Amino acid sequence: MASTFETVAGIISETCDIPREKITPESHAINDLGIDSLDFLDVAFAIDKAFGIKMPLEQWTQEVNDGKVSSDRYFVLKDLSANIDSLVAAKAA
Amino acid sequence: MRLEYFQMLDRVLALDPESGRIRAECLVPDRSPVFEGHFPGHPIMPGVLMIEAIAQTGGWLILARARFDRMAFLAQVREAKLRGFVAPGHTLAAEAHLVHDGSGYAIASGRLDLHGRTVAEAEITYRIVPFPTEGLRGAMIEAARRVAMPEEWLRGA
Repeated sequence: MASTFETVAGIISETCDIPREKITPESHAINDLGIDSLDFLDVAFAIDKAFGIKMPLEQWTQEVNDGKVSSDRYFVLKDLSANIDSLVAAKAA
Repeated sequence: MRLEYFQMLDRVLALDPESGRIRAECLVPDRSPVFEGHFPGHPIMPGVLMIEAIAQTGGWLILARARFDRMAFLAQVREAKLRGFVAPGHTLAAEAHLVHDGSGYAIASGRLDLHGRTVAEAEITYRIVPFPTEGLRGAMIEAARRVAMPEEWLRGA
């Protein structure tokens, strides 16, 4: 079974037409991969669907905009993958 | 429909926000300035306005789900297909269902039927955001009453 990161990387590659080899766990979805907010909605939809979750994008964005956390926490792919794992675990609990 | 005012729906016929479904009707007017240009001597509904009608149908569904606490703005149109011409004076049956209710966004799929035949279909992505002004929120609630949106879905508004 593919790891969460592998699944997310595949989704980003396909959705945003970014070569898979350019996508690493350290990539920042926005700053490094250049995914804009509209394309990120497509990514979010595909992730929600693939993992059966609802990523709390509004809450994450608010926290970043309020300066409470760095955008790295949600948009660096290894961190995004960890957040997805947490959401999946919370749903299963 | 008042095409020049972007009022695409005339009446909500069935609404089930919880299961994510809506049906409505759109009365294509006999006359509109839009038909003067589209096209001279051969008036037909512009395809972009049929897509807009689908988007508004899904939009009303999303507003009802949010009980008019948030606004839905058109963000993306996918898989749009315009399958037939629509002349003035006809009644279109509009339907939409929710495909996905995300955080800050939603996706709905909808279609327009004319005499039982689909003339337009599309999948629409919306950004769901707080109303930018109270005035807009009030105008949307007023418009919802105009299209006979069941009052229970305006509660909490």
